[in-house]
Amino acid sequence: MALSMNTPDFLIERNINRCINCQVCVRQCANEAHHWDAEEEKVVSDDAQCVNCHRCVTMCPTHALSIRKFPLEFRENANWTASTMRAIYKQAETGGILLTGMGTDRPYPIYWDHLLLNASQVTNPSIDPLREPMELKTFLGRKPEQLRVENGKLVEPLPPQIELDLPIMFSAMSFGSVSLNVAKSLVQAAETLGIFYNTGEGGLHEDLYRYGKNTIVQVASGRFGVHTEYLNAGVAIEIKIGQGAKPGIGGHLPGEKVGAEVSRTRMIPERSDAISPAPHHDIYSIEDLTQLIFSLKEATNYEKPVIVKIAAVHNVSAIASGIARAGADIIAIDGFRGGTGAAPLRTRDSVGIPIELALAAVDNRLREEGIRNQVSLVVGGSIRNSADIVKAIALGADAVYVASAALIAMGCHMCQKCYTGKCNWGIATQNPQLVKRLNPEIGAERVTNLLRAWEHEIKELLGGMGINAIESLRGNRLMLRGIGLSDRDLNILGVLAAGE
Amino acid sequence: MKRVYAREEVCVGCKLCEVYCATAHSEYPMDIVKAFLKQKTKPLPRILVEDNLSISFALQCRHCDEAPCTKACITGAMQKDPVTGIVRNDESRCVGCWTCILACPFGAIRRDNQGHKVASKCDLCSNGAEDFEAANASNVPVCVQNCPNRALQFLDSVREGGE
Repeated sequence: MALSMNTPDFLIERNINRCINCQVCVRQCANEAHHWDAEEEKVVSDDAQCVNCHRCVTMCPTHALSIRKFPLEFRENANWTASTMRAIYKQAETGGILLTGMGTDRPYPIYWDHLLLNASQVTNPSIDPLREPMELKTFLGRKPEQLRVENGKLVEPLPPQIELDLPIMFSAMSFGSVSLNVAKSLVQAAETLGIFYNTGEGGLHEDLYRYGKNTIVQVASGRFGVHTEYLNAGVAIEIKIGQGAKPGIGGHLPGEKVGAEVSRTRMIPERSDAISPAPHHDIYSIEDLTQLIFSLKEATNYEKPVIVKIAAVHNVSAIASGIARAGADIIAIDGFRGGTGAAPLRTRDSVGIPIELALAAVDNRLREEGIRNQVSLVVGGSIRNSADIVKAIALGADAVYVASAALIAMGCHMCQKCYTGKCNWGIATQNPQLVKRLNPEIGAERVTNLLRAWEHEIKELLGGMGINAIESLRGNRLMLRGIGLSDRDLNILGVLAAGE
Repeated sequence: MKRVYAREEVCVGCKLCEVYCATAHSEYPMDIVKAFLKQKTKPLPRILVEDNLSISFALQCRHCDEAPCTKACITGAMQKDPVTGIVRNDESRCVGCWTCILACPFGAIRRDNQGHKVASKCDLCSNGAEDFEAANASNVPVCVQNCPNRALQFLDSVREGGE
């Protein structure tokens, strides 16, 4: 056997003065980083197995554990960093593509953190959300060119709309990449909050059909689980053309994660890899997209808006314009920081562009072409907090998609090992012993708490700007100023510099 | 009366309930580290997690309406409190004959061989130790309070046709 050059990524530190050898860590680590040494009668740890998910740290009743970066130093090298070299060691041993999970962790600039919000001072007084009504309600869907009213009624009915109590929705996470308990937590939170969750490309599990009025069903390139009942089960249909974390390639669900339930819901054989092709094999041009959009509308009697989800890439504004003209009611754009259950490392870290720039570009282009009313814009790809949401709406979004934030609320610690199926938090796994760990009651509560907190913060930020309705903020770039940005960036974002 | 009910569909088999139960009934009810590391005798839990592959749940005394252990007890140490309904073993009267262990249909009583031999079982955290009661002001048993996944619930009664 040749020498392996893989060294541990993390170091498990156990405080002997606090460890009571209760073995909770042994039982809770799916990576088997801890085990009971019966001869020595104590728990011992294997650093090489640790993925830094913090399950053992959080569960330990005496807080005896901590995880650190493994203290193995290379000679300082700004170019050949430790992670760059370790990637080569791995590929030299396996000959395989490097996989990873969740969104890119590379230090690209975060434009949300370079945007500042306005606040009212003297002439336009601020509003106190605890004392005055604030409207966050949002309607997504195609808006007509003009409203014509006769005898107190609309002459033509509006195109189908979906109604949100908050301008936030849960982005697509397929059943298969995440557990059924994640879907149950999200849909229950969506029901409580008056918003929607997205099935992702894994189809809709039969237990969840009753939550149809809070569900958006997705039709992705693999067409997993797509049949007429499925299309009619939700309030809207989303055609997934791309995903921010891995633009240009399809989804991959390893066979190990395809158990009986996933197999039945996706309509594929058990234990078979679920590979979604990159393009939809019936969409090779914008006209083909129009055809699919209208097939779906026909199948659902024109009662549900159709969303088209694209990844933020070069020329995204031209693509968005084409999609609006193809008949989509809502365009969802997923920025390059979006999460995933499994993606090749290099694709995740190098492909795509930031959502802030994509949003500004698309909103500008649609307004210039006079077609901004034809679609609602929903953006995602690392919306981390309420400030990001307010800035996104100011840049032109109608609503935002969150996913990673919801998973973090449920317990995700961003260890980026989702593709192994050994998620210790019961999130990115199909192993029944692990799935149990996410109690949907608790999951729904935590996610609902997060969004309620955000709701209040959004109202405070709006009130501070002297605005009491979210629609007064949409596309209101004058409420934003850039800080630490180049002229070019300011230009693309369409905001003035702080001080101007 | 309220009893502890386990929900196996969300029990993760961590056995934290056992740790907290043992601590609450040790010489250091508020300090897990001292209870396990300083106390001479090993703290014994009165709740036990039964597990087999992916199924697990915590089992403890059911405080039966017609408790067989109280009838089996030869000294009268095992008594059902007429007011609270809690079945408690008076350890000062227990002689460690283990008849109650044989009689219990749930296997919820264990032998405590350390020091004065007694039968050890769940008392719904009502043992009256002063600093313990201060912490347990809400009177919810510690296993229920500390279950990380809400697999244990303190309820009046859950299922029809049985306890």
